[in-house]
Amino acid sequence: MPDLEKFTRIDAIALPMATPNVDTDQIIPARYLWHAKSDGYGKWLFNDLRFNEDGTLKPGFILNQPDYAPAEVLVGDRNFGCGSSREHAVWALHDYGFRVVIASSFGDIFYNNSFKQGLLPVVLPEAEVQALREAIERGNSAHVSVDLQSQTITGPGGFSTRFEIDPFRKKKLLEGLDDIAITLTFTDAIDKFEAAFEQNMPWLKNP
Amino acid sequence: MSHPQTLFDKIWQRHTILEREDGAVLLHVARHLVHDGSAAGFRTLRDRGLKLRRPDRTFGTPDHYVPTHTRDMASIAEAGRRDMVTALDRNAADTGMTVFGLNDPRQGIIHVIGPEQGITQPGLLMVCGDSHTATHGALGALAFGIGASEMAHVLATQTLWQGKPRSMRVTVTGTLGPAVTAKDVILAIIARVGAGGGSGHVIEYAGPAIAGLSMEGRLTLCNMSIEAGARAGMVAPDETTYAFLKGRPYTPSGEAWDQALAFWRSLPSDPGAVFDTEVTLDGSAIVPMLTWGTSPEDAAPITGKVPDPADQPDPERRAAMQNALDYMGLTAGTKFTDIPVDRVFIGSCTNSRIEDLRAAAAVVKGRKASVWAMVVPGSGLIKAQAEAEGLDRIFLDAGIEWRHAGCSMCVGMNGDLVAAGERCASTSNRNFAGRQGRGARTHLVSPAMAAAAAIAGHFTDVRQLLDA
Repeated sequence: MPDLEKFTRIDAIALPMATPNVDTDQIIPARYLWHAKSDGYGKWLFNDLRFNEDGTLKPGFILNQPDYAPAEVLVGDRNFGCGSSREHAVWALHDYGFRVVIASSFGDIFYNNSFKQGLLPVVLPEAEVQALREAIERGNSAHVSVDLQSQTITGPGGFSTRFEIDPFRKKKLLEGLDDIAITLTFTDAIDKFEAAFEQNMPWLKNP
Repeated sequence: MSHPQTLFDKIWQRHTILEREDGAVLLHVARHLVHDGSAAGFRTLRDRGLKLRRPDRTFGTPDHYVPTHTRDMASIAEAGRRDMVTALDRNAADTGMTVFGLNDPRQGIIHVIGPEQGITQPGLLMVCGDSHTATHGALGALAFGIGASEMAHVLATQTLWQGKPRSMRVTVTGTLGPAVTAKDVILAIIARVGAGGGSGHVIEYAGPAIAGLSMEGRLTLCNMSIEAGARAGMVAPDETTYAFLKGRPYTPSGEAWDQALAFWRSLPSDPGAVFDTEVTLDGSAIVPMLTWGTSPEDAAPITGKVPDPADQPDPERRAAMQNALDYMGLTAGTKFTDIPVDRVFIGSCTNSRIEDLRAAAAVVKGRKASVWAMVVPGSGLIKAQAEAEGLDRIFLDAGIEWRHAGCSMCVGMNGDLVAAGERCASTSNRNFAGRQGRGARTHLVSPAMAAAAAIAGHFTDVRQLLDA
């Protein structure tokens, strides 16, 4: 079984994105989704916001500002990653180089998908997210540190906070554990459950 | 007496295989739905040398990439896109799962054919690699979307690790007015709670206005739960549900039906069951809706005007609203009924069922479309039924295109796209920037409202056309 990429701690440039409801269609437009993951989705990350139709850069978009080009932490707003279930949105962010997304809330499916790729989604209260964005905007190439073990974030201007995370997900990220491998160790319990489930609901048999 | 449970609690409990000390729950998946966008999940399965655990619980159909103007696969120019459709057939042959292929009359949008075939049933936990899986909750199932990795996990183990979401009840009181549909109700709900308002929740829709909806209406309603940010949406099963299910290919019959029915009747939330969040709307106050921005929460009654960002006190919110208006090419203060449209799309897993097509045809009948419009039925069987009822003739006589089943212009993966700068009245579920094509401007409406826009060439309060 392949091990997943571990996440322990990073200290990296953070990019502020104040837009609410950043949907997965913006993160990765639908027309790229038939490509294999191995094609590398980073080049299409936020494609329509980053590039004009002729492929030239849109200088106003934050990802195109040189200070933020090496960013590995994205500080968003509310409901980041809403919309489609496409895991390609996580692939694109990760392949581009992002390792953490901080927001006041996430699209639930995007949030779940992130863990499968070693991208850490962090939920903070709205006021803290805004304070962190503003602190980053004040300092050029400001670094933010995210430590999963201690569940802490520190940033410019003395920003410091703790975040919550589901303990099972934390363990899997820290150790790079794979869900399928874990679940297959419960095969006996699954077998037993299925037999009882089907006995109780005999009408579920296909015609 | 045991603790009163919600419909959601009951289904969750019935599918719980085990719970870890840290709270993570391993859930059994009763039905797994797949489509032509599910290729990545199958690829992972193959790469890891794993087998599909339950081919008998896995059902699929190609919908996202299929052409709608023909059933000829050769019309898909790009080999990569064509492969998405053919891979589903290959995966079916390899694994033994059930697939309703492109040339099967039962092919259609996965969220349309699940209920249509009776694969979707009350009390079942269902998943699909598509965010609109919440649709199936209309029959009292717990159904939600998953990503490619979770999909591979379900294929291999027929299970899923989840933390339990919170519960929300949205009660819609009163009676809906004439030409006010489930689409208007869900847009009104999203406008109220916000696009992230249901985040981390499973919604149960309740109240007299919901109980009064047909099954098609309930499917539309639950379909857009994800647009309120919710994990899933559901409606308690009742006589409408049982009448809809009776006699479908995958629903039980005879003694098995009675057994199933007894179970289904035990599912509705117990009196006194407590929800984490409660929201109430007055259904009688809802009028036909449309969206004006680039989030489904940007929804408003057709009787209104484009809102003014200057009225937003928060500077970031103001900027976001201005961005949305710039993208949409709209000026604050414009009456919605003065906004012209370039295209009309009637279809998608939200609004492509027979009742939707009848509602659109009732508006179109005897009139001519003044802009380009198309109708894409949700399944081959719906297409056949509409043709038997003569609905196709009504659309064709009005100059509206009549297509084969698929997701089509909701997401444009098959090439059915809206051009940059064009404005589309669409019965689909997402008005995101670029959703229907780069630079496309999407306004979400009901089928009747879309039909009215097709006739008038601008947004119109459909109630005026129906009164005439």
